[in-house]
Formats: sequence, structure tokens, C-alpha cells
Amino acid sequence: MSSDVLLQARGIGKRYGAGCEACAELTGPQAGVNRCPRCGTVHALCDVSFDLHEGEILGIVGESGSGKSTLVQCLYFDVDASEGELRLRGEADGENLFDLPRSRKRRVRGRLMGMVYQNPLRGLRMDITSGANVAEKLLEADVFNFRRIRDRAAELLASTEIPAGYLDAFPRSLSGGMQQRIQIAKALANNPPLVLLDEVTSGLDVSVQARVLDLIRELQRERGMSMIVVSHDMGVIRLLADRTLVLKNGRVVERGLTDQILEDPQHPYSQLLVHSTL
Amino acid sequence: MKLDDLVPPRSSPYNFAFLDEGAKREIRRALLKAVAIPGHQVPFASPELPIARGWGTGGLQVTMSLIGPQDVLKIIDQGCDGSVNAVNLRKLLVATTGVRTTYDSREATLLQSRHRLPEIPMQEGQIAVLQVPLPEPLRLVEPSEVETRRMHADGDYARMWVSLYEDVVQNGAISLASGYPCRVNDSYIMSPSPIPRWDIRRLNQSRQLTLLGAGREKRVYAVPPYTSVQPLEFEDMPFTVEDFSGMSCVRCGSTDTFLDEIYDEATGTSFRACSDTGYCDLVRSGQVASPAERDSGRVPAEAAGE
Repeated sequence: MSSDVLLQARGIGKRYGAGCEACAELTGPQAGVNRCPRCGTVHALCDVSFDLHEGEILGIVGESGSGKSTLVQCLYFDVDASEGELRLRGEADGENLFDLPRSRKRRVRGRLMGMVYQNPLRGLRMDITSGANVAEKLLEADVFNFRRIRDRAAELLASTEIPAGYLDAFPRSLSGGMQQRIQIAKALANNPPLVLLDEVTSGLDVSVQARVLDLIRELQRERGMSMIVVSHDMGVIRLLADRTLVLKNGRVVERGLTDQILEDPQHPYSQLLVHSTL
Repeated sequence: MKLDDLVPPRSSPYNFAFLDEGAKREIRRALLKAVAIPGHQVPFASPELPIARGWGTGGLQVTMSLIGPQDVLKIIDQGCDGSVNAVNLRKLLVATTGVRTTYDSREATLLQSRHRLPEIPMQEGQIAVLQVPLPEPLRLVEPSEVETRRMHADGDYARMWVSLYEDVVQNGAISLASGYPCRVNDSYIMSPSPIPRWDIRRLNQSRQLTLLGAGREKRVYAVPPYTSVQPLEFEDMPFTVEDFSGMSCVRCGSTDTFLDEIYDEATGTSFRACSDTGYCDLVRSGQVASPAERDSGRVPAEAAGE
């Protein structure tokens, strides 16, 4: 692992079903499906490898069902990957994180990763206050000082432009854009080196989208963490990502600098994607 | 020698201690596992019982499966030997075992309780059996049993802590009066049954074996002797116990015990009395030093001899 690589993913796959010998040929972008017609196995994700560098924003783009969300969910251990290796610099002595016991995965996730889901219902608990949602992430990382938790929660909500009065408000009473900001505050709580963003702006109206994206860019610039941004929206990718992977039917079909992919897409599917947005 | 020769005469035709031997063995197996994994809830197959679940049947089954002819039994409810629940449980156990009972916690080999540990610290060789209404401390934050088991297995207690955070935000302090969540042996979080905060620090590194039984949920768990029991607390908000400063027991004058508030309807006033009535009686009868005697260094003969 070279020194500025934060996260190394190798051959990550997620399969629903036993698989058969014909799977490799009958699924994937060339076949246009990810469900094997012979054995019925669904290959949600297949052989995805990439390096994420320090302070880099990696975009992952693709249509619905291409495996984008499955990928970040595997990285965040929400979904157990069927195969592949994941290494995080300085963590578990370079062991494959997928092999760690569940309790250690949870600790890695609590201290070193943040996640923002498309639907705030997944990332936040609506029956506890905004402050408590942020506190949960701090408590996962063994911060047990009440004053520190409280101050940190207030500071984070302020940095995500949430008025101070909402610290003890319940997220269910707030707007979608506000809920997304709370999720972002929660994800950043422990200053994690890695933040995963899964379709963060998809549910928001356009003006709010722009403000949330600005906020993410600003926070990233300030804090310098690495990010993986999943989106089906080329606009979001263009705005945020340094480098981009294009996924189709669970496989990476193209990778490169974001500008390069946007200006000169090579794979027919990337071309289609770029042209349908522009 | 047969068991029947050993057991004292009893007034009921049931098996010794009501339960059949198979049921006792099942509960003892669960208890052994519980002792081996402090704070971990162990399910057991529970037989039919002569009283309704939720009325101390968890503790009762533990007591029934452990009690032997030589045991000396004390049963208390709310610290009191004379409250209805304690009297009924005692009658049932005496009728089916014929064992000797006592109000003096020092004499008891088996002590069943719901809300209190006795004021006089229990000793090695004694067993405290606590009746537990809600054995799962995570139930308030997570309704799913599958999920709470996973949380215990993973040591995933952030949500328990979040509930304490919310409590402090809303009430300025952790307001739980009983069932205060504790970490046992630096591992599992357990619900210590409805004992007050007062008794929680007394569970820590205690000399007796403490067994906790939940009748409705059919679970047992345990705190073996000399095991750490730490209440969850924020670093900057130390755990506190009930404050009885300036109060004393109207019966025995004790100022260092857990005091109940008793309301006198006739006069409309309230007064304080020891919740542990067995202890209160010992102080009144001079068998245990009263606070004044303790202050002056004079100690009754019996207490001094210990």
C-alpha cells in the first residue's frame, strides 16, 4: 500500500445466490444483466477494485441497480461483501477488514468512517434529538464526557449551518435538507478520515441541493478527509469528484479523472450517461 | 441415605421445593452458565408455577432450584420481611421445604429480594437472589430481541448511552431511579433489577453470589463474588446515589441506611424509616450498633465479636 493511499479495495463482490460456472459469461455489462439466467444468482457487485488517496474525492456513478449503493454499503459494513479485500491505512495491521469480527468492524466504522445515506430515515433516528444523533457517533468512539459531547454536537451542527436552537429538536420535525445536514454533522462527528456519501442530494429540491453540495465541498476542503460520493447525477459528480468510476451491472466499465470521463467518455455506457445528462 | 431422611418435615405433598428435580436441574444448568459469563442473560425452560409470572417467579424458581434442607431462608420485598409478596413466597417455600427462615440477613444462606440488598453487606457463602421484572437493559432503546442480542454480542452500547445523554439533556441529570444500567465485569451491560441506586455500588466487588431471575422472560443472569459492577456514567457526571442527608429513621435512628418515606394520613405528615426492616429491628434490639453507639465507639458484644 503506497503511503498516500487511505483505502484499498480489491476484487469486492456481492452475490445473492450460489453462483455457477456460467455466471461470469452470462452476467455483467456485456450481457446487460446482473442476474444469471442459468442459476438465478444476482451479482450485485463483481470484482471492484480501486485505491482511494488521502484527501481525494472519488465519484461512483451508474444507473439504478448498477451496484453503487451496494458498494458503499459493503465499505461501511452495512452489507457483508461476498468476496474481496478492504484495507484501511494504519488499521488492523493491514489485514483485510472484511475478515474482522463484527465487533471490530463496528469499531473501525465508528471511529474512522462516516456515512450519509440517501434517505435520512436510514442514517438518523427520528425519535431522538438531532444532538443525540450526533452524540451516538461520538459515543460509538468512546467519548464519554457529557460536556464534550454536547459542545461537539453544537459545533458540528453549527458547521453544517443548522441553527443552534435545533440541537434538541427531533429530526422528524425538520425539513429534508435539514435532515441531510444533520446526517452530515453525524458523519463528521469523529473527524473520520473517510466519509461515504450515498446519493446525498437525490431527495432534495434543486436550490437545497446546491447548498448541501457547497457545504460538502467546503467541509472537505477545510478538513481534508477522503470521500466516496455515489450518485446517478453527473452534475453532482462533476462538482465534487476528482476521479470517477463508472459502474454498470455491478462491474467497473470505466475509470479515470472526472473531467476526462465527462469530456471524453470511452465506454458506450459512459457516453450514454454523459450525453443523457448534458 | 435417602433425600427424604434429610429433609425437614413439611406440610405439602409436593416434591421438595415444589419443582420436580428435572426442572431444578434445568435451572441450575442455566445458572452455572450465567455465573460463568457474568451479566449475560441465559434463557431457561421454565415449568408451570403456582403463582402468576411477574410476582417474583424468576427469583422463586432460582431459589427453588437451589434450596436444600440445611438452608436458612430470608425473603424480603421492598426491604421488608412482612410485605404481602414476601410473606406469600415465604409461606410457599416453607410449606414445600420445611426449611428454617430468618429476618436476620447475617443468618441467611439464601436471601431472595426484589428491591433491596440488605444493609449489612453479605458475605462469602451467602447467595442473593433478585427478582427481575425487565432483564433486558436495552429493551427501552431497541424492541427487537434479535437486535438486542446482537448488540450485547458486539458490545454495541452506543444507543444505551444515547438514552442517558437524552435523559441529561431533558432532566439535567440521569433520572433513572431504579434498574440503573451497569456494566458487569467490564463486559455486558445488565439491568440490576429494581434495586435503588443506593444498592448498586454495593453490588460492586461484593462478597456474595448474586443471581438474578426473570420469570416472565425466563432468563437468569449472575454477578459472581468479587466481580466489578459499574453503573454507566459520563466522565464529567459521576454516578450519584439517593441523598438522605439530614434524615434519620424514626424507629432506630439510623442515618446511614436507605430510608423510605412513609406518609401518615392522620396527621398529613411524612417521616422516614429504614427500608431494610430486618436491619432496623437489629439496631432497635441492640444486636447491631446504633449510629450513636458507632459514633462513640461503643459496640454491642455480639457485633464486636464478628
